[in-house]
Amino acid sequence: MSDSVVAVQTPVPPPVGPDDSAPSSSRLRRIFRGSVGRNLGLILALIILIIVGVVTGGERFASIENSLTILRLGSVIGVVSVGMTFVIIGGGIDLSVGANVALASVWATTLATQTMGRDVHWIVMVGCAVIVATCVGLINGLMIAYGRIAPFIATLAMLAAARGLAEIIADRKTQIITVQGFLDTFSGDVFGVPVLVIFFAVVAVIGWILLNRTTFGRRTFAVGGNAEAARLSGIHVQRHTLWLYALLGTTCGIAAVMIMARTTTGSSTHGMLYELDAIAAVVIGGTLLTGGRGTIVGTVIGVLIFTMLSNIFTLNNLSISAQAIAKGVIIVIAVMLQQRIADRSRAVT
Amino acid sequence: MSPDLTDLSVPATAVGGPLLEMTGIVKVFPGVRALDGVDLDVVSGEVHCLLGQNGAGKSTLIKVLSGAHHPDEGTIRWNGEIVRLTRPTAAMRLGIAAIYQELDLVNDLTVAQNISLGHEPTRAGFDRRHAERQTAVELLLRLGHPEIQPNAVVGNLPAAGKQIVSMARALSRDVKLMIMDEPSAVLDQGEVARLFQVIRDLTANGVAVIYISHRLEEIRAIGDRVTVLKDGRTVATGLPAKTTTTADVIRMMTGRNIEYVFPERSREIFEGAPMLDVVGISRAREFEDISFGVHPGEVVGLAGLVGSGRSEILETVYGARRTESGSVRVDGKDLHAGSVSSAVTAGVGLCPEERKSQALLLDQTVANNVTLASLRKFAFGPFLNRHREDSAARRQIEALDVRPSDPQRDARTLSGGNQQKVVLARWLLKDCRVLLLDEPTRGVDVGARSELYALIRELANSGVAVLLVSSEVPEVLGLSDRVLVIREGRIVHDGPAQGIDESDVLGLVMEGSSR
Repeated sequence: MSDSVVAVQTPVPPPVGPDDSAPSSSRLRRIFRGSVGRNLGLILALIILIIVGVVTGGERFASIENSLTILRLGSVIGVVSVGMTFVIIGGGIDLSVGANVALASVWATTLATQTMGRDVHWIVMVGCAVIVATCVGLINGLMIAYGRIAPFIATLAMLAAARGLAEIIADRKTQIITVQGFLDTFSGDVFGVPVLVIFFAVVAVIGWILLNRTTFGRRTFAVGGNAEAARLSGIHVQRHTLWLYALLGTTCGIAAVMIMARTTTGSSTHGMLYELDAIAAVVIGGTLLTGGRGTIVGTVIGVLIFTMLSNIFTLNNLSISAQAIAKGVIIVIAVMLQQRIADRSRAVT
Repeated sequence: MSPDLTDLSVPATAVGGPLLEMTGIVKVFPGVRALDGVDLDVVSGEVHCLLGQNGAGKSTLIKVLSGAHHPDEGTIRWNGEIVRLTRPTAAMRLGIAAIYQELDLVNDLTVAQNISLGHEPTRAGFDRRHAERQTAVELLLRLGHPEIQPNAVVGNLPAAGKQIVSMARALSRDVKLMIMDEPSAVLDQGEVARLFQVIRDLTANGVAVIYISHRLEEIRAIGDRVTVLKDGRTVATGLPAKTTTTADVIRMMTGRNIEYVFPERSREIFEGAPMLDVVGISRAREFEDISFGVHPGEVVGLAGLVGSGRSEILETVYGARRTESGSVRVDGKDLHAGSVSSAVTAGVGLCPEERKSQALLLDQTVANNVTLASLRKFAFGPFLNRHREDSAARRQIEALDVRPSDPQRDARTLSGGNQQKVVLARWLLKDCRVLLLDEPTRGVDVGARSELYALIRELANSGVAVLLVSSEVPEVLGLSDRVLVIREGRIVHDGPAQGIDESDVLGLVMEGSSR
């Protein structure tokens, strides 16, 4: 008898049945139905990785310094992944992000741009990178939305072309950045947090707001979930698709600035295989490759899982090749789990 | 007693006995008895015509015969023996071949490859391409179409050519019964004549044909016997095709069992400027010179067969297809031709035919589906006020009595009727002035239909101009104030719904004149 009284008073675990509508549990339910619940598996995976890291790396892993290293490593690809999340939710794909980053970094570090950056203000270099990358995104969007070329093909072509152009501009040389103002600004810390990490955080927060709190975000879900229904509801599907690729281009530009700051160079070899890492992070984060469903929180966790994995492997002196195998396995397991969860939630309701 | 064994031991073909005998076939889908006791017998060498309205069960019957569906009750005898058609291959092995309305050809393969698809002649695993082409040439010659090149890509052929390839494919196996589902729908008159010649050649060789068509004149020309289906039952079988009168056939096809409750019409007389004014719109090979108006508060129904152009007209009004001439006006203002957003901005809403693929975001919440077309109402700049959005969606859900009434549920989990209400709610929230409904009750169970009808009438009474398309004639007649009958892309009748009954409409769509 006393048992039952206690049971009533203790906070109830998240109810599974859809019919339970007790007011006290409804808030919990909403939380679990929201982004936290959907990303529960990912958070668990992250926790497991942290445990593995602490066990194998001990102090070296669990230090504040190492945590910042992980965040710094993940921030460049993280910014690209946030943009990629929008494109994939909108039913598309972009293979040209790595090449785009390279092109923007090269363009923003040519002798001419750097001279202007020194004479006027280093912000010219930032502006140049962002504008170049956004234009590349716009061209992708035009080809896909209005030229009706399959996203895979259009951006594959852009992958080849953009890196080629970067090589021509840089003459296959690494361009070293000599504008001190630029380097000082971006390599510094703010209250101990690297500027690059702050960039990532800001982009992720803006991305989250854009996706979840604006008409743009809602339309992105609609276009990716059912383009025909979106069109028949009066949404300009083509125009929206164009903006999605332009947005991803902009995040590539930001990523280019970050990689320029990290390496103090612009090079046509920057951003190699970023397309694969970004797509993998987005997919691990639970975004459907067919579009219509996905979260920014999931993508951020996906990026963290990847970078933490690299970090653990490096700390334990394991080879990059072994790391690649582990990444492959994790992608497969994550996608299988996501599907399992998606099927179950569909069966329950 | 072992009846099963005795059945099997009966000598197969009694001379002159039917090739196919179906008795008491029942097929139940969730919520609907698609077949409710169908009897059909077909003898070798005859053309047996199957008649019935949309939803009478013809397509389901064909699927049962071709092994795609299993009947829940009833027996199928083939040459006197009971058979179970568990898989499409089982039907094929007996010699049953079906040619569907949506031809099941692979567009990117050649004619010869399509004909031998699934039973390609091979030697040691390699295609014998020469033998494959030879077979194709012979079959096409037999069908009287030697001009079709076996190496031509099927996707490039005209509709009639595809039909011939489809038939050649059926003949490439040893076919004894060929089912043709509205083969003439895509053909012009010369092609129909040639098709009939092919059918006569087939039947002369002892092949039986089940022929489905809405065109009574064709049935008189080619048919031997007629079976009429209605609401999943056989109402008459073995009627002589040549002598049964149109009036008799139509009487048998109508005479309904299920009665829906239609709401009372408004007593208003519709005068003055129409809200929706369609002036002489045309699209090549779809419809020609269509003009009509819909007043605020009026429900106008378009009746016609599938392929008559009725859905195309609706989609053109909405801007989903671009008209080649004429114009569409809403409240006196011309809409931008071929622009959906221009129509939506002017206050036009569409509940499309394919609810799931054209209207709903199945993985999104009911609330998001309701607010999809009017997001701007809840936006401050780019930002959504989700609280206002949510409460507006909730109000609509309550007003339309969507069940379950939880706005956070995924749209996928609702029943057909409630999904349709969600789409209606979307346009109500948008305050639309013209509502286009394409098959509003398709996939909606019987109980929910009357509710939807009442809702549509209520909408009209609140001043919305409603344009309705439905393949169910009673629905068009019961719900509309005015009815337009479409036949082959033209309006053949325009008048008040009270002045016309179901058999008049059927007569108009099938014969082009009312009896």
